[in-house]
Amino acid sequence: MTPLQTCLLISALLFSVGFAGAVTRRHAILVLIGIELMLNAANLNLIAFWRFGAHPEALNGFIFALFSMALAAAEAAVGLALVIAIYRHKKTSNLDEVKELKG
Amino acid sequence: MSPFFIITGIVTLLGAVFAMSLRNLVHCALAMAIAFAGVAALFLQLGAEFVGFAQILIYIGAIAILIVFAILLTRSGESPDKSVLTSGWWAGIAVTAMVFTILGWAVLSSSAVPKELPAAPAASVKNVGDLLMTKYVLPLEIVALVLTAAMIGAVLIALKEDNKDNAGGQP
Repeated sequence: MTPLQTCLLISALLFSVGFAGAVTRRHAILVLIGIELMLNAANLNLIAFWRFGAHPEALNGFIFALFSMALAAAEAAVGLALVIAIYRHKKTSNLDEVKELKG
Repeated sequence: MSPFFIITGIVTLLGAVFAMSLRNLVHCALAMAIAFAGVAALFLQLGAEFVGFAQILIYIGAIAILIVFAILLTRSGESPDKSVLTSGWWAGIAVTAMVFTILGWAVLSSSAVPKELPAAPAASVKNVGDLLMTKYVLPLEIVALVLTAAMIGAVLIALKEDNKDNAGGQP
């Protein structure tokens, strides 16, 4: 197995674990944690392809990973604010009980 | 690949599994921080020092703290007595198994993987800064705008609602 395949397999496992948590846990914050793990797996892929792919001196995957992390930070801030707002409104953060869009 | 890289990967995956399977949410956040630190260590071993340190600063320093604050603000720090899984969890596990099977098959059977290890590229902070200020200056400005909008949006969403029209004693 080449180094790139090792990186990609670790990243695929990380993505699968995050995905499994995001679709099976019923607490909203854990869904957000799962999304963060999936974004981390994507970043690991970007860095691995930058390191082992063609033209690493252009730093394309590197810069892409930086921008992706900035967007992940924005996503986490808005997502957690939504969780807090839903908790304040409905007194629950259990996703099985948050079923309607109507306030 | 060095055995240290494999060990770091295993620690990262264990942290992720515990973050997704423990019952107490504070323990989940701690395991998530371990997983983020493992990913940062993987970045450092792949030669991406700047991204590795940015990962430590952003994920462990900011996002983990933000998640702990959200756990405390929603008063979900204690373990629930009911089930922690959604009603259709078996379907989620099935979809996850399918996704991982397809990803693993694609990774292991691809012919586009280079066989030999290329020389480590120079990713000094000076090169990264030069690129960010010349070729990628427009995306950098847009990211600044997105972060500002997200910050204002998060404050507005989480702001306490004006309670002039709810007589039910809602806070």
